[in-house]
Amino acid sequence: MRIGPSFSLHKEVISMNDSEKAVRQLTNEERIAKVQSEKRKTTFQLAMLSLIGVLAFLLIWQLAVASGFLPSRYVPMPSKVVELFFLKWTDPNPDGAVLGAHIVSSLQVALSGFFLAIAIGVPLGLTMGWFKGFDSFMRPIFEILRPIPPVSWIPITIIWLGLGLKAKAFIVFFSAFVPCVINAYTGIRQTSQTLINVAKICGASNFTTFRTIGIPSAMTMTFAGIRVALGNAWATLVAAEMLAANLGLGYMIQQGRQFARPDIIILGIVVIGTLGVIFTWLLGLVEGKVLGWKK
Amino acid sequence: MDSEKVKLKLEHISQSYIVNNQVFDAAVDVSMEVRDSEFLVLLGPGRCGKTILLNMIAGLEKPVDGRILLDGEEIKGSDERIGMVFQKRALMPWKTVMQNVEFGPKIKGMAKEPRREIAQKYINLVGLQGFEKSYPDELSGGMKQRVSIARAYANDPEILLMDEPFGALDAQTRYAMEEEVQRIWETEKRTVIFVTNNIEEALYLADRIVLLSNCPAHVKAVYDVKLPRPRNTIDPEFLRLRREISDNTDLAL
Repeated sequence: MRIGPSFSLHKEVISMNDSEKAVRQLTNEERIAKVQSEKRKTTFQLAMLSLIGVLAFLLIWQLAVASGFLPSRYVPMPSKVVELFFLKWTDPNPDGAVLGAHIVSSLQVALSGFFLAIAIGVPLGLTMGWFKGFDSFMRPIFEILRPIPPVSWIPITIIWLGLGLKAKAFIVFFSAFVPCVINAYTGIRQTSQTLINVAKICGASNFTTFRTIGIPSAMTMTFAGIRVALGNAWATLVAAEMLAANLGLGYMIQQGRQFARPDIIILGIVVIGTLGVIFTWLLGLVEGKVLGWKK
Repeated sequence: MDSEKVKLKLEHISQSYIVNNQVFDAAVDVSMEVRDSEFLVLLGPGRCGKTILLNMIAGLEKPVDGRILLDGEEIKGSDERIGMVFQKRALMPWKTVMQNVEFGPKIKGMAKEPRREIAQKYINLVGLQGFEKSYPDELSGGMKQRVSIARAYANDPEILLMDEPFGALDAQTRYAMEEEVQRIWETEKRTVIFVTNNIEEALYLADRIVLLSNCPAHVKAVYDVKLPRPRNTIDPEFLRLRREISDNTDLAL
């Protein structure tokens, strides 16, 4: 009974010694190349998996419609949507404008509202968070405006500003404004007291401390708020365009429903989603630049 | 250098706070003198009073009673002749070592070239040349405190306050930093007020030790440490003083 295991153990030891002889130490370059190639391989494999996931989803969808499992009247095939995508650049039917015009209109609205929200919201939040008097002055008004859902501004906006760019930009502005203010405010409130003391001892005035310590401290939170603002802006844009517009991606989707054209609706959704991804990515680049010290 | 000249004087300083609707005395009737260019250690148990005294000297808070005199004149608020090194997390993480060190001169509006020169001098003094462009997150705890010391020096203070600067460091680094701070102080003599709760650290560094009581803080005893530097931590006189101070120290909860 006891001889068996110890015998096999002995064998293992011998084989380990053998393999040890076969091992040759890698040179520096070989080791670096090996680590790099392994890293590249993993990155490539993961990217492939993502691609395969998307393709598999589209393929199942395509097959489900082509085989008649899903009715093609209600669910367009992905291939049809791709076709429509290329066609729509030149064909204004049935909603009255080519895809490019819709995209440009939506971008104008979304970006003007979004940037206005940053330009007003972030400084407002930072000043409210830093200067106690200003906070007490502004906070009641802000607290009343804050919980109002942005879309509930649509009717009054139409009365005030009509159906144009300004009206929609105002609604988008409102949805993006609130997270900008709140995050800038919360961020600057979390400024370390030690750092404030450091500035005071260096002889900094309250305003200099605000500028050199407060604002940089708040940037991480502020960017998180800007991310939320971007999402809000984009979502509200589509809602606003579906209710009050004569151009834009939201309007195009709405017209797709009017004309019973699900392919137009799906195309609109895909374009909106893709633009959203692109903007989130661009924002990530800016954030990387500003918060470059965070590694 | 007249080492007996009084640089800073605390006269009957008291400080109280309201905590949970009750008045809490942090310091009661603290008087002491700090001599020019001496290394004074405020030694006390627990977390009572020491930091508060430093904050009052630094002008970060006002005492309820008493006054603080610098060169015979009462100081109110922060004074640019007084600099401070904090315990931890006192570096701006978004600034490089160089930018952190030149912060004070920059605030005072000094032009880029002279302030870079000053900052570089003190970065070299604390032994961090080559790390000018590093961010604090890339540095070890001991290196971060070196940056803090360099920054305090770059303001060219006459009095340097150090608030348990090595309290958050591991024991090995702490010993190394104690030697460093002594070397730096001997190169660039300033009046130093150094807060610690570590008796050995106090004896290793101090010209004089002011022993504070537990809450509320008041001055319990003052010790002149006349041992030659650098000090030997197992020298019989060192150990005797250590025992004496230890016996006289209140227990902290």
